[in-house]
Amino acid sequence: MGSQDVKLLNFLLSPVGRRVEWALKLKGVDYEYIEEDIFNKSNLLLELNPVHKKVPVLVHGQKSMAESLIILEYIDETWKQYPLLPHHPYQRALARFWAKLSDELALGAWRAMVRRGDEREKVLKEAIEVMEKIEQLIKGNKFFGGNNIGYLDLAFGWITCWLPVWEEIGSMQVLDPLKCPSISSWKIHFLNHPIIKDNLPPRDQMISYCHRRIEEFYSTHHAY
Amino acid sequence: MAEVKLHGFWYSPFTLRVVWTLNLKDIPYENIEEDRFNKSPQLLQYNPVHKKTPVLVHDGKPICESMIIVEYIDEIWPQNSLLPADPYDRAQARFWVKYIDEMISTLSAIIRSKSSEDREKAKENLWERLGVVEDQCLKDENKFYGGDNINIVDIALGSFVKFIEVLEITFKVEILQTERFPHLHLWFNNFKDVQVIKENTPHQEKFVAFLKPLFEKILASS
Repeated sequence: MGSQDVKLLNFLLSPVGRRVEWALKLKGVDYEYIEEDIFNKSNLLLELNPVHKKVPVLVHGQKSMAESLIILEYIDETWKQYPLLPHHPYQRALARFWAKLSDELALGAWRAMVRRGDEREKVLKEAIEVMEKIEQLIKGNKFFGGNNIGYLDLAFGWITCWLPVWEEIGSMQVLDPLKCPSISSWKIHFLNHPIIKDNLPPRDQMISYCHRRIEEFYSTHHAY
Repeated sequence: MAEVKLHGFWYSPFTLRVVWTLNLKDIPYENIEEDRFNKSPQLLQYNPVHKKTPVLVHDGKPICESMIIVEYIDEIWPQNSLLPADPYDRAQARFWVKYIDEMISTLSAIIRSKSSEDREKAKENLWERLGVVEDQCLKDENKFYGGDNINIVDIALGSFVKFIEVLEITFKVEILQTERFPHLHLWFNNFKDVQVIKENTPHQEKFVAFLKPLFEKILASS
């Protein structure tokens, strides 16, 4: 199967898109990477994901699919080497639950960075509470997947690189290393993994991207 | 045989999805009716993160989130399969389940509307989403998304459309117009007619009688 068979439409700075890249690389699947300018979306993207018009989109042969966690499950079902999801249905149900929560948390942390006043305090507080629950989940394990990076590690991967940037820009702390030492340890293991460490987004671009999105938000939401 | 228990609210579309699934597969279970204003200690223990229903407890182990529960049930009890076998078809089905689930905020906005303008705006948002389902999800004009038999997408959508019907009566707002949503209308008529669905869906009047005061209570406290 040549690399032309698998294409990934993504945006360099997207935390959810990066999950798909990590998954393909962990499984050793060749793919063609297509960078999308999300401020100037291509016709290809609009055609492949007409419902949401968002990245990532995975194209495998004639089949295209969207939503990063759903793409991860497709990848895991299609390429059996290096399994990402747990084997047992109960563990899979738990992994899906926490992955869904991870996405809600990421959205909450992003909002805490962007919003101000009472609203920001509320979402920040909620995010901190969820982070403390995740601490309980990882306790005693090297990775969420056990000894190896798995689906849930990829789902939480945004915490390692994107969250520190959001915290800096938002002058806030969602992940307290003193309250969440296990997550802090996990971060180090995750970032040191040979596949992950060569596949991280550029920090300076992340910072300017966040500032641009915040400016955009306030120029269109006068009520806030 | 391992025990199956379902903690839920009989009037919730999320609980309904699990009830339908268990009945479609003929799985015996104990139904534990929760009181949203007085949740049981077991529920809070089983779902400490969200403290919400439904929660399925299988052999003492809790599973939360309605569609995650449905997939779990389908994996453990594969008879009358609810997910396609092909990975791409599964990805498409999961995509639509997620899309449908994201409609909940628009339904919630209708319930919590404090003015008719707000309600109108919420209805337009819902129409937009239902329009995508109409044009993109149900476009193949199969009897059900799952083909001749219902699958997870039908279950996810069916529970919401049922709930929308109740909202229409409660708030005297017309949402599921046949002219606007012909595929959806046809699909839902077929869906409602499925024996297991018919037998395991409370009557409209019962829903309305219970939910109307509940919505008023929710609105008053918001």
